[in-house]
Amino acid sequence: MTVNDQLGNVSYLGFQAALAGYIAALVCFGIEFASSRGSIPTAAEAVSLQLRAASRGRTDVIDRKISAAGEDDSRIGQIVQPQRTARPPMGTLFGRAGLIVVTIGFGAQVFSIVTRGIAAGRAPWGNMYEFTSMICAAAVAGFLIVFYRTRSHSLGFFVMIPIVILMFVGGTKLYVQVESLVPALHSYWLLIHVLAVSLSTGVLMVAGVASVMYLLRSRYERRLLAEQAWAVEPGHQLVAADNADGEFAGQASGATTSRLASLPSLAALDRVAYRATIVAFPVYTFAVIAGAMWAEVAWGRYWGWDPKETCAFVSWVFYAAYLHARATAGWRGTRAAWISVLGFVSVLFNLFVINIVVSGLHSYAGLN
Amino acid sequence: MVTRDATHLSGGLPADGGDSGSAVEPQFRQGRLGGAVAFLRNTWRQLTSMRTALVLLFLLALASLPGALLPQWSLNTSKTAQYILDHGSWGLLLNRLGFFEVFGSPWYAAIYLLLFTSLVGCLLPRTWDFVGQIRMKPVNTPRNLARLPHHASVRSVGSPDEVADRITTGLRGWRLEHRVESSGALTISAEKGFLREVGNLVFHFSLLGLLVAIAVGKLFGFEGSLIVNAGDGSSSGFCSVSPVVYDNFRPGLLVDGTDLRPFCVDIDSFKASYTAAGQASSFVSAIRYQAGAQLNTDTWSSTNLEVNDPLRIQGQRLYLLGHGYSPVFTVTYPGGKTQTGTAPFQPQDANFTSQGTVKFTDPPGYVGEQVRAHQLAIVGLFAPSALIHGGIMTSTFPAAETPGVAIQVYRGDLGMETGKAQSIFDIDTDQVANGKLLKLNRANLAPGESMKLDDGTKITFTGYKEWVSLQTSYDPAQGWALVFAVSLLVGLMSSLIIKRRRVWFRIGIADSGARTAEPAAEPARPEGDSRVSGVARTVANEDHVVVEVGGLARTDQAGYGDEFSKLVALIGASEPR
Repeated sequence: MTVNDQLGNVSYLGFQAALAGYIAALVCFGIEFASSRGSIPTAAEAVSLQLRAASRGRTDVIDRKISAAGEDDSRIGQIVQPQRTARPPMGTLFGRAGLIVVTIGFGAQVFSIVTRGIAAGRAPWGNMYEFTSMICAAAVAGFLIVFYRTRSHSLGFFVMIPIVILMFVGGTKLYVQVESLVPALHSYWLLIHVLAVSLSTGVLMVAGVASVMYLLRSRYERRLLAEQAWAVEPGHQLVAADNADGEFAGQASGATTSRLASLPSLAALDRVAYRATIVAFPVYTFAVIAGAMWAEVAWGRYWGWDPKETCAFVSWVFYAAYLHARATAGWRGTRAAWISVLGFVSVLFNLFVINIVVSGLHSYAGLN
Repeated sequence: MVTRDATHLSGGLPADGGDSGSAVEPQFRQGRLGGAVAFLRNTWRQLTSMRTALVLLFLLALASLPGALLPQWSLNTSKTAQYILDHGSWGLLLNRLGFFEVFGSPWYAAIYLLLFTSLVGCLLPRTWDFVGQIRMKPVNTPRNLARLPHHASVRSVGSPDEVADRITTGLRGWRLEHRVESSGALTISAEKGFLREVGNLVFHFSLLGLLVAIAVGKLFGFEGSLIVNAGDGSSSGFCSVSPVVYDNFRPGLLVDGTDLRPFCVDIDSFKASYTAAGQASSFVSAIRYQAGAQLNTDTWSSTNLEVNDPLRIQGQRLYLLGHGYSPVFTVTYPGGKTQTGTAPFQPQDANFTSQGTVKFTDPPGYVGEQVRAHQLAIVGLFAPSALIHGGIMTSTFPAAETPGVAIQVYRGDLGMETGKAQSIFDIDTDQVANGKLLKLNRANLAPGESMKLDDGTKITFTGYKEWVSLQTSYDPAQGWALVFAVSLLVGLMSSLIIKRRRVWFRIGIADSGARTAEPAAEPARPEGDSRVSGVARTVANEDHVVVEVGGLARTDQAGYGDEFSKLVALIGASEPR
């Protein structure tokens, strides 16, 4: 198998362009997110908050439509008054720009992956650099799909953070020239197993980020609730002067001016994390099974508790626990989100620490 | 999103337990039954509750971690032993607690056995419930359909029976039940998505099956590995007839090695190819083998053994796992007698600088005590592409282009009869320390070159052979493991993708006087039916019916809304005239 170094360099240019695009997108989404400081809590947030107040200790959430004006049909829309149109247009513009550059970057990355595959004459996921690139591409694709469905800009900012870090590490520390593969990787299972692993890892990254956002958001709402409780206490009538009926007078307080106010509602974040997980989890399960089948062909047994296998099993158990927790009273919401985050941490740990630090059968992944 | 997830509501709606596994535990009253029975029953309930299962899942993940982070006896014996040595009493304590054999330790077994017991305790009642649900007819139409998360009210043309027929034909694949209420209204209850629970049960039973398949493999399977020089005549093969032919034999718990299914293998050649940069590009070993009836007729089949491509013989698998070099030395003793010896050397780096020892334990021409006084050991390095730099030999390329050895010769008692186990790659240094083994000359040799010892013995480096490490694996249950893995995946996917949902239709004669009666009735209705209420404002005729529709998705999945709109469309709402 001959490799084409020139085309490999072209591919790397594509990778760098993608990284540049993602960094630009991170900055744009970041500016958009930062400019949301001081904006008014959204309708979804108001509902989410109200529900938490009604059912303390639980995190059951629902989406409920509030009439746009929030006038008289119920009290839940009270802190809504001006709609999100009040947000400064600059932030919105940056949000759009971010979306454009992230799409261009994604295109550049797909180009980079394809040309790398042609240059090497094999599946372009044979070492850590290529694998990292695939994961990031899958995560960006996942984000774009979620964005298309939910229009959540703030997700863009949070998703781009790990993607940019991974891309940077992949493009510098992990980068290797196009090369043919060692005989251990000459197998069609490379195509199947690694493709499934990288796609599912990318989508699980979106799920993990959504769960982190869920945790931030739920902490923020707890603070908001605490302030609300404080405001309606009898001793603080001055603050709550014209809110005798228990409405929230938080307009001026720190919590409402937090940037976190522009995060999607808990229900929306929970749904993003859950949907991403139920897409990725079967693929990940398939990847583990395919890995076992490959191990049966390559190493003489389908499962041998090699560090990589053990860690893959741990991640699988975490995600299984997440799916069960989300359907169990008392574990939904924050706890389930924590499990999802743990699951993703274990996936990342498996990807980097096990391949690079711990010696095992997967240690050939391109660094030594 | 217009709709609400039924299972997200903490109460009120007639949602079932869904995925929550066990319902809230009812208070158990002491007294009527004995305390012991109550205790057992409560323990069982605790164990089979979802909360316990979640905790056990966490414990399982946590307990697996040392298996990934600490060296394990089953994976790397020498590394584990070194780790324990390096960590003193901590190492010994961890070893005693089983941290270097996590997946065989009692505490790990305790966790997964409890988990699987909990699983069985949860699965059996669920299976029973499910059988009951399948046999049950779709439930009665709730009195107030407007309270369901999906709701619509539509006017339509035709008699109630016609409308009911229209709906029924549209509900293909749904389980249906027609009823007539006391008010005279026709109702249709329908539900769909039972495969979700089927998938759920299949997934969990597959886990059990997988555990059994793994256990059977551990009981009845075995692995045997050995190193063989390729293309070395009669010594370059083996017959798998008993465990002793293997350098290392790891039997299953119920395997005593007496009834291996025999097969024989001859390694004719081994060829490794490398790129110019020294990266391996292929390993191929040409072999001949015979098994079954061939053993009696002495016929052989030929094949190539490659990495990622094992030979499968009668349920057993033969793998090519590694390779290396075996330097060959010829010793010419003072009496003129010669002896040739070789031994596999252990690769130390990617360029196959290899280390090892060739032992001559039976020098010709000596008897009695003299034999042990004249044993020889050639200890040293072999480099396929030798480069001597600063007196140290290393290899610069993995292929044997300019082979060389750097050797140190010992003579004396190698200590083979002391009963102590010896590494094949090294000598027993205690024998050197206590003076029974003498350290003699050292030399760097190219092929054909020789060195002389003080007593006139000549040692010639005559060449090298390539060795391959092979492994025979046998696992009678691995096919079953695959079957269960596939059913696990299929079950998982159907339990995540399929939605369990219900829909009810109540068909009543339109109240001719009512023009805009119902839109105001439910202020908190989802906006999805606003277009429907527009329809409702049309003038009602005598042959109009009012169809109320309610829908309930009984699973986590949102996204029932789209399907519900299609279900509503089945009614065929009357066009505004």
